Amino acid sequence: MRETGSLQWGQVGTVARTDLKQLLQAKDFWGPMVGLGAIFFCVVPTILLFSLTSFTGVEAVEQISQTLEVLPDRAQASIQASTGGEEATPQGQASYALAVFLFAPVAVVVPLTISTAVGAATIVGERERGTGEFLAHSPAGIREIYLGKLLASLLPGYATTVVGFGIYSLIVNLIVGPEVGGWFFPTTQWWILMGWVVPPFLALTLSLVLRLSARVKSTAAAQQASGLVSLPLIMVAYSQSTGALFGGTRVTWIIGGIAWVLALTGLRRGMRSVSRARLLGVADEQ
Amino acid sequence: MPAPAPHPAPEAVVALDGVVRRFGAQTALDGLSFTVPARTIMVLLGPNGAGKTTCTRMITGALDPDDGSVRVFGRDPAIEGAEVRRRIGIVSAKPALYDRLSGLDNLRYAAELYGLGRGDDARRRIGEAAERFGITRALGQQVGGYSTGMKTRLALARSVLHDPDLVLYDEPTSGLDPESSYAVLELIREMTDEGDTVVMCTHLLLEAEGLADQVVMLQDGRSLVQGPPGELVRRYWPEHTVLVEAEDPGAVARLAGEPGVQDVRVDGAGPVVVVVDDPARTPDLVFALARHRVRVTRVEVERHSLEDLYFAVRRSSGENPIGEVHP
Repeated sequence: MRETGSLQWGQVGTVARTDLKQLLQAKDFWGPMVGLGAIFFCVVPTILLFSLTSFTGVEAVEQISQTLEVLPDRAQASIQASTGGEEATPQGQASYALAVFLFAPVAVVVPLTISTAVGAATIVGERERGTGEFLAHSPAGIREIYLGKLLASLLPGYATTVVGFGIYSLIVNLIVGPEVGGWFFPTTQWWILMGWVVPPFLALTLSLVLRLSARVKSTAAAQQASGLVSLPLIMVAYSQSTGALFGGTRVTWIIGGIAWVLALTGLRRGMRSVSRARLLGVADEQ
Repeated sequence: MPAPAPHPAPEAVVALDGVVRRFGAQTALDGLSFTVPARTIMVLLGPNGAGKTTCTRMITGALDPDDGSVRVFGRDPAIEGAEVRRRIGIVSAKPALYDRLSGLDNLRYAAELYGLGRGDDARRRIGEAAERFGITRALGQQVGGYSTGMKTRLALARSVLHDPDLVLYDEPTSGLDPESSYAVLELIREMTDEGDTVVMCTHLLLEAEGLADQVVMLQDGRSLVQGPPGELVRRYWPEHTVLVEAEDPGAVARLAGEPGVQDVRVDGAGPVVVVVDDPARTPDLVFALARHRVRVTRVEVERHSLEDLYFAVRRSSGENPIGEVHP
């Protein structure tokens, strides 16, 4: 059964809003999510950056300087240019490198992990609770249901990341800023990463996770299968986001563009995997 | 320019014609046909797995038939699903409510999906539905804390929120205590009094008795028999019979030849069966027995219930089904 006609964005919003409302009611679910974001965006960076800028021993400073040499030339030049070159302390340069380049994957890992956890349960959860029956018999279109659930899965991860990123920026500027001559974060490439690269990776992962959620028989199975699917994607996103920061603005735009094409293709295919029969838990819809 | 002629109202709200639906190797519906006239209560009767739920899923267009056709309000739900579903209210076998949301949020969600929006009209309808089903005071609570009866009432309120023309109830009293079941059935009766058309699935014969205008008895996805219960009973048991027990059963045979008596069957084991042309003859029979000095211990006009019919039909299915009785 193919459902056609124009997309009802109002219904998409209704489905997404209701799913988010349920998520907010589940403290046992979003508590660990907030904890994950806090660890990656606040706790670990604060400890590392604070420790780095507090080193005073000659040997430690030399080791830190050596670590910068493993970075690509473009990154090293960027550090030199942004930190005032020879005038900056080795601690300042190292903490800048850490803040700008090495924590980049965190911005991808956190939303992907959270959104995968939410998305895996979204369709199979409706079926397990019996509420899929309500949706299947409702006038809401199947595309609207799919997109609503996609949004409801995407937003918690992305919102956590945006908030975490804001706090991370503050931490970086407060700890590293004085070492390199003032507030410097987010850099242009980080803005592009957050606005252009992370969302399509999220969408791509969720398109796969929602397909799984529509097909498996239980939430537990969905969580397991989603973990297997999202892990390679997290690794790809990890490497691509790091590469995007090392490779310069143009590379970042290109990586984001490719990710968007893959994401839109994935979403299109994912939309077909959801059907009323699957919401009802009837296995063999043709 | 003359006004366009109004579309004629479809004769049947629901019409299934030779519907087949398979799930893998299993055939859930096997050439099922029936119609539901407007403003009637149609009860789908049958054991678990007979195809009742699949039937409701076909009617809303949640599932497509593999063969045959489904028409609801004259439309094909597989093609015009959204239009059809907007005019249907449904309570599934499980109430299908969101436990983490409040009762109010559950109703708001339905109101928005059914096109009522979030404005004053939606608020008014939610208030009215909640009041009608007696859940106003519980609306602010999370549904997870509701009793089974309260959940059913909330599901019922949700099903009528958008003022549907057709309501589908799949085992609506499942898990309810007798008082709640009675209240739910009363509410369903009220709804049909107000002009709604109801299709109800149940395997509880007592529920269907007195409620159904039409019944379809299902078994293995096929209709064993369908029509108004009274008609079906008359068709299955065309004779009017009076059961008589006496101290000397053989003496009851003296009724043969009395006016209106068509047959007297004495088999020795059970009561004597007296076949009459009209049950109103019963007082005459008693009078005649007294005249013949027969000491009577019991006289009963035999009345067959839907339950009798159900088991009789199921016993004889495949042997001599009584066919269909159309209104």
